[in-house]
Amino acid sequence: MSQELIQAITEMREEDALKITQQMLDAGKDPLEVLEACRQAMEVIGKRFEAGDCFIPELILAGEMLRQVSDLIKPRLQKEATQKKHGKVVIGTVEGDIHDIAKDIVAFMLDVNGFEVTDLGVDVPPAKFVEATKETGAKVVALSGFLTLAYDPMKATVEALKAAGLNDVKVMIGGGQIDEQIRQFTGADGWGRDAMAAVKMANAWYGVN
Amino acid sequence: MSQEVQWNKLSPQEKYEARFKAWMDAEGVPFATPQARQAFQERAQMLKDVIELRKPKRIPVCPIVGFYPFAYAGITAKEAMYDYDKLGYALKKYHADFVPDSLSAAPIYGPGAIFELMDYKLYRWPGHGVPETTPYQCIEAEYMHADEYDEFLRDPSAFFMRKYFPRIMGALGAWEMLPPFTDVLELPFMGGFLVPWGIPPVQETLKKLLQAGQMAMEWIQKAVAIDMETLGTLGIPGLIGGFAKAPFDVLGDTLRGTRAIMLDMYRQPKKLLEALERITPMQIEMGVRSATGNKHLIVFIPLHKGADGFMSNKDFKTFYWPTLKALIIGLIEEGLVPYLFVEGGYNQRLDIFPDPDIPAGKSIWMFDQTDMKEVKKRFQGWACFGGNVPSSLLKAGTPKDVEEYVKRLIDEVGQDGGYILANGAVLDDAQAENLHALIQTGKEYGVYK
Repeated sequence: MSQELIQAITEMREEDALKITQQMLDAGKDPLEVLEACRQAMEVIGKRFEAGDCFIPELILAGEMLRQVSDLIKPRLQKEATQKKHGKVVIGTVEGDIHDIAKDIVAFMLDVNGFEVTDLGVDVPPAKFVEATKETGAKVVALSGFLTLAYDPMKATVEALKAAGLNDVKVMIGGGQIDEQIRQFTGADGWGRDAMAAVKMANAWYGVN
Repeated sequence: MSQEVQWNKLSPQEKYEARFKAWMDAEGVPFATPQARQAFQERAQMLKDVIELRKPKRIPVCPIVGFYPFAYAGITAKEAMYDYDKLGYALKKYHADFVPDSLSAAPIYGPGAIFELMDYKLYRWPGHGVPETTPYQCIEAEYMHADEYDEFLRDPSAFFMRKYFPRIMGALGAWEMLPPFTDVLELPFMGGFLVPWGIPPVQETLKKLLQAGQMAMEWIQKAVAIDMETLGTLGIPGLIGGFAKAPFDVLGDTLRGTRAIMLDMYRQPKKLLEALERITPMQIEMGVRSATGNKHLIVFIPLHKGADGFMSNKDFKTFYWPTLKALIIGLIEEGLVPYLFVEGGYNQRLDIFPDPDIPAGKSIWMFDQTDMKEVKKRFQGWACFGGNVPSSLLKAGTPKDVEEYVKRLIDEVGQDGGYILANGAVLDDAQAENLHALIQTGKEYGVYK
């Protein structure tokens, strides 16, 4: 049944995915088995996204399916699933910018790919990034921004992290108008076009194969 | 024969020529000097040449500018939206110092005080939810709910009035109590229709609207005067004469929101397609009306949710393109020139756009992060194109970098006419010397021999 669930999710059959989940639970399957199937399905979807075979609507629908599946299994979960996390990532849209769609997708993909994500939301001042990074001990910070006016706040955030002595923290930036020139301008360690680029960078920086 | 009947008898080509002539004649424009009129006519002619895929005297340079002029002139974004004298000062300084071939229109920055009065919730704007130096930004949400497609389809205007307005404007919350206008059928219905307008909270909305209307009149007079001065003294025309949106973006931007519309593609595709069809003639009508009112013929259509990565080509061909194409053709049939602002990357879509059903030499396409050599390959002989100079370069590069980039761009794609030099994404932040380099290089290097 796990295979069926994986297939339903990767084929974007929302109703089937929920039905199969319910059947698995009714049959007394371990909720963790359901979660594992979801994880495997997301791995497939992530690869397809990277290869240009699926797109944002599919990521959003997959996110919706996962949310509903986890609502179904929550009451039966003995304890919080203790999936081992690769590491922590602090993410947010930089100061002055309130765009959240892309940031949310990146946060979601980091989460399903095994990272513990602290999402600071939008219009996040540099000091708040510093504070959250210190608090969580995250070694990766992800800055999102849609406006060209996000360039300066990104630079300011990178500088604030350095000034706070967080020199071993890696910073990635992303957004519609971000490129290598802006990476250099801001002093960030990496930049990416989409959510899977963020996952790849986080994997590399945390030494995940 | 009435003027309207005569107009309707014209062919699309005749309408196009008539609109261009009216624009070129610039009746009522207070040109300060004969030189200003001549400069305007030369610029309008350059645009006509590129639209019709010819080589103009030189490449027109039309930067696509958002809030950049304000930082440049030393005022905040908030001041630009609240103090129309400062708005005028900044735009005047920007146009006089940079002298682009198209102007940045004053009305697009909007009247901040009116938004406050109406308790406009769809956006945050400088000093009102975002910093005073930051442009206005949309707050996406499901202002139209997933189960409201039928209501929308039945009567979009009634849906806007009774559901959408109360959600996006606090001041019109009471409008949910109003009946649709289409109730007014016979004498006995007339009295009943008027009753809700007497409910105290509804009366309050009307008082607010009276005030807002007066404020809007003051605002538009000042904003139009700013643009008229730019046109009248520098001869710089607006490139945007009217406005329309891709039907998918109408729903996806401010009604359903990105997340919801993408789920609709899977959960209720038929309803979504029906709504897109319903919206299309409304957008054509808006484009025709707005351009006609401005005695202009170029209709701006900013594309948002069709970019690379936003959906597969299959979905693009199902959900995004058919109604956008119908909008483009509908505008061209009315003698207008659709100006597609193709922000982001559209490399994935380049086999779809040059569509043989769309007449050649009747549209403008401004790209951002799309491969311009590929664009030229496909668009040459079909439509005028331009854009692409990156925001990142204008912010973090040097004037020399910009000059080299522009020269290379012109060498690679600007040699055969039908081409406009422009930046790629709406410009809010840049180094002045870089923008000067873009414009100067375009004007000097872009002369056709």
